[in-house]
Amino acid sequence: MAGPKDLNEGDAVPELRVTPDKYLPHRYAGASGDFNPIHIDPEFAKAVGLPGNILHGLWMMAQVARGNAALADGDPRSLKRLSVQFRGMGFPEQELVVSGTVKEVSDGRVVIDTVAAQGDNQVIRNAQAELSAD
Amino acid sequence: MPLETDAIGKRWPAATYEVGAEKIREYADAIGAASDVHRDHEAARAAGFRDLVAPPMFCVVYSARAMAPAILDPEVGINLATMLHGSQEFEWDEPVCDGDVIETTATCAEIYEKDGKGFYVFETVSTNQDGKQTVKGTWTNIVRGV
Repeated sequence: MAGPKDLNEGDAVPELRVTPDKYLPHRYAGASGDFNPIHIDPEFAKAVGLPGNILHGLWMMAQVARGNAALADGDPRSLKRLSVQFRGMGFPEQELVVSGTVKEVSDGRVVIDTVAAQGDNQVIRNAQAELSAD
Repeated sequence: MPLETDAIGKRWPAATYEVGAEKIREYADAIGAASDVHRDHEAARAAGFRDLVAPPMFCVVYSARAMAPAILDPEVGINLATMLHGSQEFEWDEPVCDGDVIETTATCAEIYEKDGKGFYVFETVSTNQDGKQTVKGTWTNIVRGV
Protein backbone atom coordinates (compact mmCIF):
# COMPACT_ATOMS: atom_id res chain seq x y z
CA MET A 1 0.00 0.00 0.00
CA ALA A 2 0.99 3.64 -0.28
CA GLY A 3 2.95 4.78 2.77
CA PRO A 4 4.53 7.97 4.11
CA LYS A 5 7.26 7.84 1.44
CA ASP A 6 4.61 8.35 -1.26
CA LEU A 7 3.38 11.63 0.22
CA ASN A 8 4.09 15.04 -1.24
CA GLU A 9 4.00 18.51 0.21
CA GLY A 10 0.44 19.82 0.34
CA ASP A 11 -1.21 16.40 0.26
CA ALA A 12 -4.20 16.03 2.54
CA VAL A 13 -3.93 12.95 4.73
CA PRO A 14 -6.98 10.67 5.14
CA GLU A 15 -9.29 11.78 7.95
CA LEU A 16 -9.76 9.70 11.05
CA ARG A 17 -13.31 9.90 12.44
CA VAL A 18 -14.13 8.45 15.81
CA THR A 19 -17.08 8.95 18.18
CA PRO A 20 -16.18 8.21 21.81
CA ASP A 21 -19.13 6.59 23.57
CA LYS A 22 -20.49 7.77 26.90
CA TYR A 23 -18.24 5.43 28.92
CA LEU A 24 -15.05 5.82 26.89
CA PRO A 25 -13.56 8.25 29.45
CA HIS A 26 -14.03 5.58 32.13
CA ARG A 27 -12.23 2.95 30.08
CA TYR A 28 -9.46 5.38 29.21
CA ALA A 29 -9.16 6.37 32.89
CA GLY A 30 -8.60 2.71 33.76
CA ALA A 31 -6.17 2.15 30.90
CA SER A 32 -4.15 5.29 31.56
CA GLY A 33 -4.48 5.67 35.33
CA ASP A 34 -5.85 9.22 35.01
CA PHE A 35 -8.96 9.26 37.20
CA ASN A 36 -9.38 13.05 37.41
CA PRO A 37 -13.13 13.36 38.13
CA ILE A 38 -13.59 16.09 35.49
CA HIS A 39 -13.27 13.25 32.93
CA ILE A 40 -15.55 10.66 34.51
CA ASP A 41 -18.04 12.41 36.79
CA PRO A 42 -20.54 14.75 35.03
CA GLU A 43 -21.80 16.16 38.35
CA PHE A 44 -18.31 16.97 39.58
CA ALA A 45 -17.48 18.53 36.20
CA LYS A 46 -20.59 20.76 36.38
CA ALA A 47 -19.75 21.74 39.96
CA VAL A 48 -16.41 23.15 38.74
CA GLY A 49 -18.02 25.07 35.89
CA LEU A 50 -17.70 22.67 32.97
CA PRO A 51 -20.68 21.78 30.75
CA GLY A 52 -20.17 18.09 31.58
CA ASN A 53 -17.40 15.54 31.87
CA ILE A 54 -14.73 16.17 29.25
CA LEU A 55 -12.49 13.85 27.26
CA HIS A 56 -8.93 13.28 28.41
CA GLY A 57 -6.60 15.49 26.35
CA LEU A 58 -4.13 12.64 26.05
CA TRP A 59 -6.84 10.35 24.63
CA MET A 60 -7.51 12.99 21.96
CA MET A 61 -3.75 13.20 21.36
CA ALA A 62 -3.71 9.40 20.97
CA GLN A 63 -6.35 9.81 18.22
CA VAL A 64 -4.09 12.32 16.45
CA ALA A 65 -1.22 9.82 16.80
CA ARG A 66 -3.42 7.03 15.41
CA GLY A 67 -4.74 9.13 12.53
CA ASN A 68 -1.22 9.95 11.41
CA ALA A 69 0.26 6.49 12.03
CA ALA A 70 -2.55 5.14 9.82
CA LEU A 71 -0.49 6.44 6.90
CA ALA A 72 2.00 3.70 7.76
CA ASP A 73 -0.70 1.07 8.30
CA GLY A 74 -0.63 1.72 12.06
CA ASP A 75 3.02 0.63 12.40
CA PRO A 76 4.04 1.92 15.88
CA ARG A 77 7.60 2.52 14.57
CA SER A 78 6.40 5.07 12.03
CA LEU A 79 5.56 7.94 14.40
CA LYS A 80 8.77 9.68 15.46
CA ARG A 81 7.45 12.87 16.99
CA LEU A 82 4.11 14.46 17.85
CA SER A 83 3.51 17.87 19.38
CA VAL A 84 0.06 19.23 20.17
CA GLN A 85 -1.64 22.18 21.83
CA PHE A 86 -4.80 21.50 23.80
CA ARG A 87 -7.10 24.40 23.02
CA GLY A 88 -10.61 23.20 23.62
CA MET A 89 -12.67 20.78 25.61
CA GLY A 90 -13.70 17.53 23.94
CA PHE A 91 -16.90 15.73 24.86
CA PRO A 92 -18.10 12.11 24.79
CA GLU A 93 -20.75 11.16 22.22
CA GLN A 94 -19.54 13.74 19.69
CA GLU A 95 -17.57 12.79 16.60
CA LEU A 96 -13.87 13.70 16.68
CA VAL A 97 -12.25 14.32 13.29
CA VAL A 98 -8.46 14.21 12.88
CA SER A 99 -7.20 15.77 9.66
CA GLY A 100 -3.87 16.94 8.34
CA THR A 101 -1.79 18.28 5.48
CA VAL A 102 1.77 17.35 4.55
CA LYS A 103 4.02 20.29 5.35
CA GLU A 104 7.41 18.95 4.42
CA VAL A 105 9.07 15.85 3.01
CA SER A 106 12.81 15.47 3.57
CA ASP A 107 15.57 13.12 4.75
CA GLY A 108 13.31 10.15 5.21
CA ARG A 109 10.89 12.17 7.34
CA VAL A 110 7.40 13.48 6.60
CA VAL A 111 6.10 16.41 8.66
CA ILE A 112 2.31 16.77 8.86
CA ASP A 113 0.35 19.73 10.21
CA THR A 114 -2.63 18.18 11.92
CA VAL A 115 -5.70 19.16 13.96
CA ALA A 116 -8.53 17.44 15.82
CA ALA A 117 -12.00 18.93 15.99
CA GLN A 118 -15.54 18.20 17.15
CA GLY A 119 -17.66 20.19 14.73
CA ASP A 120 -16.32 23.77 14.78
CA ASN A 121 -14.56 23.18 18.08
CA GLN A 122 -10.85 22.63 17.42
CA VAL A 123 -9.81 20.69 20.48
CA ILE A 124 -6.22 20.14 19.32
CA ARG A 125 -4.52 22.86 17.31
CA ASN A 126 -1.08 23.59 15.89
CA ALA A 127 -0.24 19.92 16.08
CA GLN A 128 2.65 18.52 14.12
CA ALA A 129 3.42 14.87 13.46
CA GLU A 130 6.66 13.54 12.09
CA LEU A 131 6.63 10.14 10.41
CA SER A 132 9.50 8.02 9.26
CA ALA A 133 9.37 7.60 5.47
CA ASP A 134 11.93 4.75 5.35
CA MET B 1 2.89 37.94 43.43
CA PRO B 2 5.87 36.96 41.28
CA LEU B 3 6.07 33.35 40.23
CA GLU B 4 8.41 31.11 42.26
CA THR B 5 11.04 29.82 39.84
CA ASP B 6 13.46 28.10 42.25
CA ALA B 7 12.36 24.67 41.01
CA ILE B 8 13.76 25.24 37.50
CA GLY B 9 16.36 22.55 36.91
CA LYS B 10 15.04 20.32 39.67
CA ARG B 11 15.14 16.62 38.88
CA TRP B 12 13.02 14.00 40.61
CA PRO B 13 14.05 10.39 41.31
CA ALA B 14 13.49 7.96 38.42
CA ALA B 15 10.19 6.09 38.42
CA THR B 16 10.15 2.47 37.25
CA TYR B 17 7.32 0.88 35.26
CA GLU B 18 7.07 -2.81 34.36
CA VAL B 19 5.27 -3.24 31.02
CA GLY B 20 2.77 -6.10 30.74
CA ALA B 21 0.80 -7.63 27.87
CA GLU B 22 -2.66 -7.11 29.35
CA LYS B 23 -1.98 -3.42 30.09
CA ILE B 24 -0.86 -2.94 26.47
CA ARG B 25 -4.05 -4.65 25.24
CA GLU B 26 -6.25 -2.60 27.59
CA TYR B 27 -4.61 0.65 26.47
CA ALA B 28 -4.77 -0.29 22.77
CA ASP B 29 -8.52 -1.03 23.17
CA ALA B 30 -9.16 2.29 24.95
CA ILE B 31 -7.56 4.33 22.16
CA GLY B 32 -8.83 2.13 19.31
CA ALA B 33 -5.41 1.00 18.06
CA ALA B 34 -6.53 -1.97 16.00
CA SER B 35 -3.28 -3.62 14.89
CA ASP B 36 -2.56 -7.22 15.92
CA VAL B 37 0.96 -6.20 16.98
CA HIS B 38 -0.62 -4.72 20.16
CA ARG B 39 -2.50 -7.94 20.97
CA ASP B 40 -0.76 -10.99 19.63
CA HIS B 41 2.80 -11.99 20.62
CA GLU B 42 3.42 -13.91 17.38
CA ALA B 43 2.06 -11.15 15.14
CA ALA B 44 4.33 -8.64 16.87
CA ARG B 45 7.42 -10.85 16.49
CA ALA B 46 6.53 -11.54 12.86
CA ALA B 47 6.44 -7.77 12.29
CA GLY B 48 9.97 -7.46 13.68
CA PHE B 49 9.27 -6.41 17.27
CA ARG B 50 10.97 -8.05 20.25
CA ASP B 51 7.52 -8.94 21.63
CA LEU B 52 3.94 -7.61 21.87
CA VAL B 53 4.43 -3.86 21.29
CA ALA B 54 2.72 -0.84 22.86
CA PRO B 55 1.16 1.97 20.78
CA PRO B 56 3.46 5.05 20.84
CA MET B 57 1.11 7.03 23.11
CA PHE B 58 1.37 4.27 25.75
CA CYS B 59 4.30 6.43 26.90
CA VAL B 60 1.80 8.46 28.94
CA VAL B 61 1.08 5.35 31.03
CA TYR B 62 4.68 4.68 32.02
CA SER B 63 5.85 8.28 32.29
CA ALA B 64 2.86 9.58 34.31
CA ARG B 65 4.37 7.92 37.35
CA ALA B 66 7.42 10.19 37.05
CA MET B 67 5.34 13.31 36.37
CA ALA B 68 3.05 13.06 39.40
CA PRO B 69 5.68 13.93 42.05
CA ALA B 70 6.90 16.83 39.90
CA ILE B 71 3.44 18.37 39.49
CA LEU B 72 2.61 17.84 43.17
CA ASP B 73 5.95 19.16 44.50
CA PRO B 74 5.28 22.14 46.84
CA GLU B 75 8.56 23.69 45.65
CA VAL B 76 7.06 23.91 42.14
CA GLY B 77 3.91 25.35 43.66
CA ILE B 78 1.30 24.49 41.02
CA ASN B 79 -2.30 25.25 42.02
CA LEU B 80 -3.91 22.04 40.74
CA ALA B 81 -7.43 23.47 40.88
CA THR B 82 -6.62 25.99 38.12
CA MET B 83 -4.15 23.86 36.11
CA LEU B 84 -4.72 22.97 32.46
CA HIS B 85 -2.67 20.70 30.25
CA GLY B 86 -1.53 23.28 27.68
CA SER B 87 0.65 21.38 25.28
CA GLN B 88 2.52 18.14 24.88
CA GLU B 89 5.30 16.80 22.75
CA PHE B 90 6.77 13.32 22.47
CA GLU B 91 9.76 12.11 20.49
CA TRP B 92 9.95 8.34 20.17
CA ASP B 93 12.90 6.03 19.71
CA GLU B 94 13.02 2.35 20.72
CA PRO B 95 9.57 0.69 20.75
CA VAL B 96 8.23 -0.50 24.13
CA CYS B 97 7.34 -4.19 24.40
CA ASP B 98 5.81 -6.66 26.85
CA GLY B 99 8.32 -7.39 29.62
CA ASP B 100 10.24 -4.11 29.26
CA VAL B 101 11.21 -2.24 32.41
CA ILE B 102 11.07 1.50 31.78
CA GLU B 103 12.74 4.13 33.93
CA THR B 104 11.52 7.71 33.56
CA THR B 105 13.16 10.79 34.99
CA ALA B 106 11.34 14.13 35.15
CA THR B 107 13.05 17.54 35.21
CA CYS B 108 11.56 21.00 35.58
CA ALA B 109 12.70 22.78 32.41
CA GLU B 110 10.97 26.19 32.65
CA ILE B 111 8.63 28.24 34.81
CA TYR B 112 7.47 31.57 33.43
CA GLU B 113 4.56 33.97 33.45
CA LYS B 114 2.72 35.16 30.36
CA ASP B 115 -0.58 37.08 30.15
CA GLY B 116 -1.31 36.45 33.82
CA LYS B 117 -0.84 32.72 33.46
CA GLY B 118 1.92 30.55 34.87
CA PHE B 119 3.63 28.16 32.44
CA TYR B 120 5.30 25.09 33.96
CA VAL B 121 7.35 23.04 31.51
CA PHE B 122 8.64 19.59 32.46
CA GLU B 123 10.79 17.17 30.50
CA THR B 124 10.75 13.42 30.90
CA VAL B 125 13.26 10.97 29.49
CA SER B 126 12.41 7.27 29.50
CA THR B 127 14.85 4.41 28.91
CA ASN B 128 14.39 0.64 28.84
CA GLN B 129 16.31 -2.16 30.58
CA ASP B 130 18.98 -2.07 27.84
CA GLY B 131 19.60 1.64 28.35
CA LYS B 132 17.85 2.53 25.09
CA GLN B 133 15.76 5.70 25.09
CA THR B 134 12.10 4.98 24.35
CA VAL B 135 10.64 8.48 24.52
CA LYS B 136 11.37 12.05 25.46
CA GLY B 137 8.38 14.10 26.61
CA THR B 138 7.83 17.84 27.02
CA TRP B 139 4.81 18.60 29.21
CA THR B 140 3.49 22.16 29.48
CA ASN B 141 0.97 22.89 32.21
CA ILE B 142 -0.76 26.25 32.41
CA VAL B 143 -2.05 27.70 35.66
CA ARG B 144 -4.63 30.47 35.38
CA GLY B 145 -4.61 33.52 37.58
CA VAL B 146 -1.10 33.42 39.05
